[in-house]
Amino acid sequence: MKYVDAQQVQKKMASRLLANNVAKGLFLLATLFGLVVLVILIYRVVAQSIGWLDADFLMNKLSTAPERAGIMGAIMGTLWLMLVVAPVTMILGVGTAIYLEEYAKKGKLQSFIQTNISNLAGVPSVVFGILGLTVFVRALDLGSVVLAGGLTMALLVLPVVVVASQEAIRAVPQFLREASYGMGATKWQTIKNVVLPASIPGILTGVILALSRAIGETAPLVVIGIPALLIPLPEGILDRFTILPVQIYYWTIDSALVAEYANLAAATIVVLLIVLFLMNSIAIIIRNKFQKRY
Amino acid sequence: MAATSENERKTLNIKSKREGSGTVGAPKNIVYNTKDLNLWYGEGHALKNINLEIYENEVTAIIGPSGCGKSTYIKTLNRMVEMVPTVRISGEILYRNRNILDKNFKVEDLRTRVGMVFQKPNPFPKSIYENIAYGPKIHGIRSKKVLDEIVEKSLRGAAIWDEVKDRLNQNAYGLSGGQQQRLCIARCLAIEPDVILMDEPTSALDPISTLKVEELVQELKNDFSIIIVTHNMQQAARISDKTAFFLNGEVVEYEDTDIIFSNPSDKRTEDYITGRFG
Ligand SMILES: Nc1ncnc2c1ncn2[C@@H]1O[C@H](COP(=O)(O)OP(=O)(O)O)[C@@H](O)[C@H]1O
Ligand SMILES: [Mg+2]
Repeated sequence: MKYVDAQQVQKKMASRLLANNVAKGLFLLATLFGLVVLVILIYRVVAQSIGWLDADFLMNKLSTAPERAGIMGAIMGTLWLMLVVAPVTMILGVGTAIYLEEYAKKGKLQSFIQTNISNLAGVPSVVFGILGLTVFVRALDLGSVVLAGGLTMALLVLPVVVVASQEAIRAVPQFLREASYGMGATKWQTIKNVVLPASIPGILTGVILALSRAIGETAPLVVIGIPALLIPLPEGILDRFTILPVQIYYWTIDSALVAEYANLAAATIVVLLIVLFLMNSIAIIIRNKFQKRY
Repeated sequence: MAATSENERKTLNIKSKREGSGTVGAPKNIVYNTKDLNLWYGEGHALKNINLEIYENEVTAIIGPSGCGKSTYIKTLNRMVEMVPTVRISGEILYRNRNILDKNFKVEDLRTRVGMVFQKPNPFPKSIYENIAYGPKIHGIRSKKVLDEIVEKSLRGAAIWDEVKDRLNQNAYGLSGGQQQRLCIARCLAIEPDVILMDEPTSALDPISTLKVEELVQELKNDFSIIIVTHNMQQAARISDKTAFFLNGEVVEYEDTDIIFSNPSDKRTEDYITGRFG
């Protein structure tokens, strides 16, 4: 006799197909939920910013009067911050990644460092703010300037760059290193001429993603003491500064006092979202364009 | 067509081999003298008491079944094997009378004199020109004029100049597999080595490309000493002067290629070359 009885199969068929469709529907719902929330959020922010987001808003300095207030200061502050974060994370992050991938012996120490880099990525950002406040602002007596904020943010996003660079370096095929060593190249010559050129796209992607995280963070900079109302534009890394998310934060808090501040915050959110969207797109383009062809 | 020319070539080779490497005449210089070499990967004993003398301007073939230690041995000759962290080595390998296993022997120096061609063509993702110029640049040659000369000479040496001379600035990845392998040989020639190590250089190539590389090896032996791993016995018979048969990390037999293939003294060698195992 047959174990799979056609009649039994027929009887169960309807409920099986139903369960199949229900499962599909549930998963679709889960996906849509996030999407709908996102659309509502963006819709509200954009609606609130209409009439406020214009050239003047981008070009003006900060002001207590909503109709004259602009985010030039926060834009300049964001750029200056990136100018500190990018090279610092590049040097420290890529350096760490090269050490771990190319030099460190695979063993206890290496896996200890590796674990702690992952741990570092899990530390709440406000803790980095406290570190920045204690070390850069106070101990090194820099004050709440771009350099202090940039170093703080650099530490915060360092794990992102380290991990992305490690992945990029690991993706360079061993046979390319062998080709170089086989001709008598030293380790450093091999890293410089073979490993880094092949991993640069991956490293850049990581750095851009790290930067976009850095310029979207609020807590650490509030902790190191970014002022709520800073009118002069920063002109160097030793000037006081503010950045877009911090500006959003203060305007949102103060919208209890001045209702129009909510519109200013919304307009700033739109600007920040556009900037982040562009940066992430660039990162993706780089990644896809150089996706490896070995 | 191809078959005829191959046959002709074979006869020619055998003839020249008989003339060239007979026992009469001046003794050949030894390039590599391996003495009591043992190598372990962790606990795995991969090379056992190897003793081999490899001669100048000859093609020495290393044959044997997969996993018998051919790659390990050839990678020990330029100390590439040390890239595996668990490796332990004992014994001596004298290269031109200096022990390369001596910690004072700089691997960079050794690998400048001993070039290597790998199983899978491994050009850099750079232009053809940059691939060849890589080695010379590593060793400090900066002059464009000198580099140009080296590039042409090396590509000619590897019999690929005519195929690539009009596209030196194109990426090497645009070449076919066989061309890439000859490019890798050219890249190796560019450091003007004394010895060329080849680890199954044709195993990833089609028959025509294989033939080209084999012809090239025959030409190169006038200027270089060549050690080639192959698990194609016809190839060893066609191109080598001496053949070492490896089995389970040991050298079972090492002899003139003609003798190995016509009159081996060890039963295991005979079984292997007649295809009874492997
Ligand atoms: N990196 C490695 N780690 C551990 N064992 C290895 C490694 N490479 C090779 N071996 C071992 O050493 C022996 C010889 O390998 P190999 O030299 O690659 O052989 P062949 O080239 O003759 O096929 C095999 O038993 C193989 O498993
Ligand atoms: Mg092998």
